[in-house]
Amino acid sequence: MIPVYVAQLGMVLAVFVMLLLSAAVMVYSERKVAAFIQQRYGPYLVGPRGLLQPIADVIKLMFKEPLRPVAADKAIFILAPILSATAAFAAFAVVPFGGESTFFGLLDEPIKLQVADVNVAVLVVFAITSISVYGIVLAGWSSNSKYSLLGALRSASQMISYELSYGMALASVLVLAGSLSLTDIVNAQQGAWLGFIPRWFVFVQPLGFVIFMIAGVAETNRAPFDFPEAEQELVAGYHTEYSSTAFMMFFLAEYINMVTAAAVAANLFLGGWHGPFLPEYLGWIWFLVKIAAILFFYIWMRWTLPRLRYDQLMQFGWKVLLPLAALNLIVTAAGVIYLGN
Amino acid sequence: MLLFYLFGAIAVGASLLVVLGRNPMHSVLLLIVSFAALAGLYIGLEAPFAAVVQIIIYAGAIMVLFLFVVMLLNAHREDDAPGARPGLAHGPLRAGAVLALLLVAELGWALTRAGRGEGDLLASGPGADPAALQSVRSLGNVLFTEYSLAFEVTSILIIVAMVGAVVLARRES
Repeated sequence: MIPVYVAQLGMVLAVFVMLLLSAAVMVYSERKVAAFIQQRYGPYLVGPRGLLQPIADVIKLMFKEPLRPVAADKAIFILAPILSATAAFAAFAVVPFGGESTFFGLLDEPIKLQVADVNVAVLVVFAITSISVYGIVLAGWSSNSKYSLLGALRSASQMISYELSYGMALASVLVLAGSLSLTDIVNAQQGAWLGFIPRWFVFVQPLGFVIFMIAGVAETNRAPFDFPEAEQELVAGYHTEYSSTAFMMFFLAEYINMVTAAAVAANLFLGGWHGPFLPEYLGWIWFLVKIAAILFFYIWMRWTLPRLRYDQLMQFGWKVLLPLAALNLIVTAAGVIYLGN
Repeated sequence: MLLFYLFGAIAVGASLLVVLGRNPMHSVLLLIVSFAALAGLYIGLEAPFAAVVQIIIYAGAIMVLFLFVVMLLNAHREDDAPGARPGLAHGPLRAGAVLALLLVAELGWALTRAGRGEGDLLASGPGADPAALQSVRSLGNVLFTEYSLAFEVTSILIIVAMVGAVVLARRES
């Protein structure tokens, strides 16, 4: 029998490695889906069907020369990518990805499939998201380059603007579930209505889900909200001056942030690891399927929609998304009080 | 207890560096570190909600705005900021000293009272039980019943500040 703390450490390691791998899978699928949408082949030379392309990319990036502008603020320039990557990994720590498990009898007592079960998990994710702005802002400022600085400023204002709608969409789910713990929220979506419609919050909160997804795309700086790195105007935005492993860390952070955002959305709105046909201990398969579906949607959107104009972004965020999110929250709260759960 | 001293030391050390540092950008970053250490202290007090809100609002939202201002002013060091003087004028120095003394006196007063177990706001109110304090539900109840006046006054203050900022920003055109 393996003691529980060893299992917990193993879980930390497993989540870390899985997140790293998920970034590699995301890079590959992004390029393949993009190629499919644009009627190209995509990567196909490295390994069977180009499957080893992400590894080739990593090796290439690692052997690039690390560059740093002379006028850069050295300490902050080095700190920024570390902050980005750390925040990206840290956010996933509170995300549960399955029910309790003994790992086929390896453990005496079942442990939760989650690194840390915090009773304010939803807010922790939100807090780490708000901290991750600093990685981008500091990268842009410390590079001492106008393109980087503009990218950083855009990113900061965009993330502050959309954070509000993100939080309000999240709050309406909290009101429904009556808990701040992600595990409780997922378990509140167990079962089905009329025997076949799953009790997922997306069916009660369709508007909340749409707002959450849009704000999530803006928070992760993905197209059509990829202003911080708008290449036509800003060269590469906040990471213009970065190369080699430092650049790789920003790259990694972006993809892991997407995975985390998708995982949180799956937990909040799509019932997490609950789903029909599969027994409880295989729930993580449902979880992975849901994450994959959301991530595919992200990629699909990037290669379908053109980038908005900056004023459109701000108009949409403050004048459309935020009022809708506030209205949604009020209606939800009123509904919960009126119908008495 | 060990964590208390660790986070306390980080908070005090970072705050000192904020005041003593010459680089405004580094000062902003150290202030964030100080806020994060405070959040750590809140967790030690078994108030995870307060800790997370501290991170979201102070370390997250407010400090990003600070960072914005410092970035746009582009003052790399205090010495070469426009209009920097070798020393502070006597007026501001005196005012600062008075405020600092006032703060020390208030802190001392509050600490001695807390030591004797009186004057503790939370010891008498509906949120007296620390276990209840960490629950968001009871915090909300207290906020909207017992302290609703303070809550509303604060929100009016914030609205006034927002309106003021908009007026100042629009005056040019």
